[in-house]
Formats: sequence, C-alpha cells, structure tokens
Amino acid sequence: MAVRAAKELRDGDVVFVGIGLPNLACNLARATHAPNLVLIYESGAVGAVPDRLPVSIGDPALVTDSLAVASMADIFQFYLQGGRIQVGFLGGAQVDRYGNINSTVIGPYAKPKVRLPGSGGACEIAIHAERVIVVAPLSPRSFPEAVDFATSPGHAGKYGTRKQLGLPGGGPQRIVTDVGVLEPSPDDGELELVGIYPNATVDDVKAKVGWPLRVRADLEKYPAPTAEELRLLRDVLDPTHLYI
Amino acid sequence: MKDAVARLVRDGDVVVIEGFTHLICFAAAHEIIRQRRKDLTICRLTPDLVYDQLIAAGCARKLVFSWAGNPGVGSLHALRRAIEKGTPVPLEIEEYSHFGMVARLSAGAAKLPFWPLSDYRGSDLPAANPLIRTVRCPYTDEELATVPALNPDVTIIHAQRADAEGNAQIWGLYGVQKEAAFAAKRVIMVVEEIVEPSVVRADPNRTLIPGFIVDAVVCEPWGAHPSYAQGYYDRDNDFYVAWDDVSRDDARLQTWLNEFVDGVPDRAAYMDKMPGLRERLKAKPRFCEGVNYGF
Repeated sequence: MAVRAAKELRDGDVVFVGIGLPNLACNLARATHAPNLVLIYESGAVGAVPDRLPVSIGDPALVTDSLAVASMADIFQFYLQGGRIQVGFLGGAQVDRYGNINSTVIGPYAKPKVRLPGSGGACEIAIHAERVIVVAPLSPRSFPEAVDFATSPGHAGKYGTRKQLGLPGGGPQRIVTDVGVLEPSPDDGELELVGIYPNATVDDVKAKVGWPLRVRADLEKYPAPTAEELRLLRDVLDPTHLYI
Repeated sequence: MKDAVARLVRDGDVVVIEGFTHLICFAAAHEIIRQRRKDLTICRLTPDLVYDQLIAAGCARKLVFSWAGNPGVGSLHALRRAIEKGTPVPLEIEEYSHFGMVARLSAGAAKLPFWPLSDYRGSDLPAANPLIRTVRCPYTDEELATVPALNPDVTIIHAQRADAEGNAQIWGLYGVQKEAAFAAKRVIMVVEEIVEPSVVRADPNRTLIPGFIVDAVVCEPWGAHPSYAQGYYDRDNDFYVAWDDVSRDDARLQTWLNEFVDGVPDRAAYMDKMPGLRERLKAKPRFCEGVNYGF
C-alpha cells in the first residue's frame, strides 16, 4: 500500500500529509521519484524534511530544517482553503460507494457503537485539496454501500454531488487498498476497480466491497514492489517497524 | 501553579488548555485535578491525554473538540468510556473539524460573533452539531459555513520562555496558542523559563503573546511532559504508547492518577518520580543564526 500510494505522488506536488502510512508513502516518494515534494502537516510544518519517522503529526522533527512554521489558522485558511494544496491524504474506518469517508462514529451519532476520533482536518481536506488519495485496507466492513456518518464528502451523497455543492477540490481520486486501487467513475463518481496487485484476483477484490463493484476494461496489473523500494521502507524509512 | 489555578480556574468554567502536540500544559491540568475542579467545559482541537486525564478525574461536564484520539497510538479510553458508557460522569460533546475549532477561536480573539469558512458542505457534521450554520455572503451571494465565537473563561498556554510580565516567546509549532490566548477572559502563562525583559526585546518577532493580556505567569520546567517543548525536551512517545494500557481499565487509570497527580505536590516531584526521564528526553542543541534588528 505504501509503495502504491507513493507512486500516486508527482514530483513537486504540495502534499497535506497525515500520520501513519501516508507519511511513509510521502517519504518513500521523496527518496525515489519525487525529491521535490513539499510536505505540509496540519500542525503547521511547511516543507518538512523529518529525519526520523514522526509518530505524531506534531513531531518536533517536522520543525527542524523545515521551510516554514505556520499557525494552524494560516494552514487552514491560506494554505488549504486558499487552494494551495495539490494532494491530501486521508484514511478512515469506512469508505463508501461514492468515496464518502467516515472517521466519526460506527452506528448512530447520538448512541455510537464505536466512537472514532472524528474529523480533525479531514472534512476540509476532502473539500479543498485538488485531489485526495485515500489509503485504507479493503474489507466489506470498511467499504459499505453507504457510510454510517459522512465526515468527509466524496463524489455524491444525500446532500448532492460535488458539483451541486460547489466543492472546490477534486475529492477522492485514488483509493489505495491492500489488494488494488479504486477510482471514481468520470460519469457518476462511483468507485470502480482500476488496478490490482500481483497476488490479488478481481473476485477477491469484489468480495471485499459492499456494493456490486464495476471493473475497468483496461484493468492495470501493478508490478510487485522492487527490492530497492522494500529496502528503503524497511531499513531506512521505518527501521523500527512503526507502520510496516 | 497552585495559586494561579486556585485564583483563575473556577468550577463550571469554560477552559482551554491548548498546544497542538507541542507545548500542552499537563502541569496545569494536574493542578486542576488536585484542586478538584468540577463541571468544567473543556475545549481543545485534540483532547489528547491531557483531557483524557481530566475526564477520568471527573473534572469535566462537557468536551468541545475536533479530533479525539491518542496520536499515532489509538483511542482515548477514558473519553470513550465517558461518551459510550457515561462513566465516571456523563460527558456532553460538541464536535467540529480542526478548521472549525481554529475559526471559533479566531472569532473569539477578534471579538466577532462568528467566523465564516468554506467548509462542511456534503458532510454530516452540521447535522450532528446545530451550532455549525450558514450565512449568505452580501457580496457574492455564496453560502458559507459559520461557527460561533469561542471565548473561554480561562486559557492556559505553555511557552518556552517569557519575562516576569508574561511577554511570551514560542518557537516550533504554534498550534492555536495565540488565538486561544486572545479569545480568553483570563490567561495563565506557564513557561519553561523566566528570562530578563532584554531577552524578549532582543528578538520581538518571536513574541507571540503580550504580557498585558496575561493574568498569571508560572515558571514550571518540564510542565508539558509527556508533550514537548522544542529546544528543551522531546515528546515522550513511549509515555503515549504506555497510556493505551494504563487507560484501558478505569481502576488502573485511577491508580495512576493517585500516584502521579494526587500523590505529588507539584511538577518537580512528578518528574522526580521518573528517574532518568530528564536525561532521556533532553533536546539536542540546534541553534539558528540571529538576525539584524538594527536600523
């Protein structure tokens, strides 16, 4: 997942980074094909070059040698709402057919079965980033037909489509999972399978999604991670195996 | 610290202890617990362990927040018990996104009744929180989200250094420290060290909060542990990981509070209970070159 997510980044992208796997993916991209990636953390670090894998998005290593440190008011108003962010990374407990993401509650809001952390910056990232990359392992429980709570808007939902709502950003453009990658259909925004990993089959993937999954005719087969990519991840970027 | 909390934090207050990962004043929260404050409305973007502890100690009636997890670790268990099961006391919640909380404090600091933002369209958050509303722009006719001003009774800020008047300098991550301080009716400024006014005046661009909005200045070295102070000490990530176990069971959490909060008179005694901690977390030197303020 980390290798695939890294490949979704283009050199020079300004990326709003979350903690965990996205963080690893960004640092892998920076060490391979995208040395000019600008990493921005909602905590305020701009152009961060952490020399240890940050456990939290407010790690002091994000500040040392960064380009700038901004207040959170600046980060959300000028950087994000101001339209300066190309890529936002999001995760979540549930992702639905139209890419709505739930990181708030499982069950009803007033009487939750499981109380999750909540939005953080996710709602506004989903609205404003030019494109959003979602990283989440695939399972029927995490990819239902509809989310229990739409924390971050996808391409369509009970409030309408992105276009009807006038959302400035592109929403979830790539959903990177542990078996393959989903992408919204250009017609109606429904998530479709566009590529699978070498050890996965289309039937496996379909069984792990809570709606009848459409498969693109030109389905991509991704190569296995190279030895160099694995070495970078395991020995250099995450030597203590915090995330992998 | 004892006097500042006794004088400025009252039962039923709306309290903000800010600091985004960085500079979270645990020392003040522990003093609030020791003084048995109750019915507090506690507001923070990320409740973090600091509010998990206040909730477990029964000090809070209501939580206002935007992301309630143990960063990089998982859940805040005391908070989840209070929301899901109502123990030790039921906890009311009021939930925003980070941008919403930042905007609430910005409005509070600017003495505006609300703050407009381009946010929440397509999200269920406004349905969950009726205080997230909309306004029509008088210039473009576009519909914008609004959040109400947040004006805490008291905000507690941790900073690296200040002079005796509370002119406070912060470097590293600012979070919403400035907005939270200006929004508050009363401000407690807690610092790693008190410096001469000449130190502040030599580098005025680094002063984030002026002393004339500060009501009490407290010098409390290591007051942010297990959070951190850039240039002074690192975040105690091991503590955050260990908290997952400590807090999973309420009895064990209460034992921890008895030993590390109620069982000590102050922060120095708390630090002394963990030999080797200061050495393990002490920051390595990394100085920047100064600038020329001359004319």
